[in-house]
Amino acid sequence: MTYTFRFAPVFSRIDQMLDGLVLTLWLTAIVIVAGFTLGVAGALAARARAAWLRAAVRCYVEAIRNTPLLAQLFFIYFGLPGLGLRLDAIPAGLIALTVNLGAYTTEIVRGGIDAVPRGQVDAGTALGLTPVQVFFLIVLKPALKTMFPALASQFTLLMLSSSLLSQIGVTELFHMASLIDSATYRSFEVYAVVCGFYLALALAFRLLFAAIYRLAFTAP
Amino acid sequence: MFRQFGLDEFLMLLGGLQWTSGLTVLAFGGSFGLGLLLLMARVARFRVLRWAASGCIQTVQGTPLLGLLFLAFFALPLFGWDVSRWVAATVALSIYGSAFLADIWRGAVAAVPFGQWEASAALGLTRWRQLRLVVLPQAFAIAIPPTVGFLVQLIKNTSLASVIGVVELSREAQLVNGATFAPFLVYGCVCLLYFVLCYPLTAWSRVLEARLAR
Repeated sequence: MTYTFRFAPVFSRIDQMLDGLVLTLWLTAIVIVAGFTLGVAGALAARARAAWLRAAVRCYVEAIRNTPLLAQLFFIYFGLPGLGLRLDAIPAGLIALTVNLGAYTTEIVRGGIDAVPRGQVDAGTALGLTPVQVFFLIVLKPALKTMFPALASQFTLLMLSSSLLSQIGVTELFHMASLIDSATYRSFEVYAVVCGFYLALALAFRLLFAAIYRLAFTAP
Repeated sequence: MFRQFGLDEFLMLLGGLQWTSGLTVLAFGGSFGLGLLLLMARVARFRVLRWAASGCIQTVQGTPLLGLLFLAFFALPLFGWDVSRWVAATVALSIYGSAFLADIWRGAVAAVPFGQWEASAALGLTRWRQLRLVVLPQAFAIAIPPTVGFLVQLIKNTSLASVIGVVELSREAQLVNGATFAPFLVYGCVCLLYFVLCYPLTAWSRVLEARLAR
C-alpha cells in the first residue's frame, strides 16, 4: 500500500460537516415525532371496527415494508411532479421518511398494544374511565414500555437512513461529505470521517434512549 | 424528443430487476459466510473474541449502508485491488448483512436451552462439535423465519448500490427516466417490481414463523 492518508483537508472543513450534522438531527427529530404519531394512528386504525380501514392500514404497511426507501424517496421527489405535485427536497425527504417510519412503527405499536391484557381495558372501563383515558393511561403507557427497545432501534435506523436524503440534494451530513469529497478529492478520508460521525450519533442515541427508558419506566 | 415509456422500457426495468436479484444472491452468500464467522466469535469461549465480534456488529450497525458502500468503493483500491463497482457493492452489502445476520442468529443460539450445551459438554464433545452437532441444528429452526425476513431487507438495500453506479433496478430506473421523462410511471413501476420480489418472501417468512409458533 503506497497511499498516504491525509485527513487535514477534511478536518479543515469540519464546520461544514457540523452544519450537516445539525440538519440531520433536525430531520431525525421531526420525523421521529411525525412518524411515531402516524404509527400510533395506524395501530389504532388497524384495530378499528370498519373493515375498509383495517384493509387500508394493511395495504399501507405492506406496500412500504416491501419496497426500498430509496425507491419511495425517488417516487415522491421525482415521480409525483409527473402528477403536478412538486415538492422541494426537504419536504419530500421528510414525507418519505415519515411515511416509511410510520409503517414500521404501526407494526411495533400494534404488537405492543396486543400484549396488553384485555382484562385491564375492561377494568379501566368498569372504573368509569373514558375510552380516551383508557387508551392513553391503561393501554399506551404499559405498551410503550414493552415496545421501547424496538422503537429505539427503529429510530436509530431512521437516523442512519436519513443519509439517503443526500441523493435528492438535501444538505444533511452525508451530502456534506460528498461536497467535501469533490472539493478535496480525499474520498476515503472523507467517508471514513463521516462514518465516524454517524457512529458517534448512533452511540449517543443508544445512551439517550437508555436514559429515557430509565427515567420514564422505572418506578422511583 | 423523448422516448415513449412502452414495453421495451418496461423490459429494461425487468432486466434491472434481474441484476438486483443477482446482487442480492451475491450479497446474501457473503453475509451468510461472514455472519457465520461472526457468530462463532460471538459465542466463543474466549471473552476477547466475544467482545471483538460484538464490537464489529455494533460498529457496522451504527454506520449507514451508504457510508459502507462509499468506503468499500474507495478503500479497496487503496490496497491495490482495482475492483469493479459490483465487487465493492458486494463487499459492502456482505459486511452490512453479516452484522445483522450474526445478531439474529445469536438470538436463535441463545434461545436454545443452556442445558443442551452442558449435556453435550458432559458427553465429551469439543466446543466446536457442541455447536455444530447439538446447538446449531436446534437454533437453525428458530433462525429461519427472521433470516428470510432479513433477505427482504437485503433486497431493498441493494437499491443503494445504484449510488456507486451498479446498474441494478434503481439505477436502470434513473436511466430509463432520463430517456423517457415519465418519472411517475417509471418510479411507480420500480416500486411495483420491488414489491413483487419482496412480498412473497415476507409472506413466506410469516408462514414459517406461524408454523414455528405452533
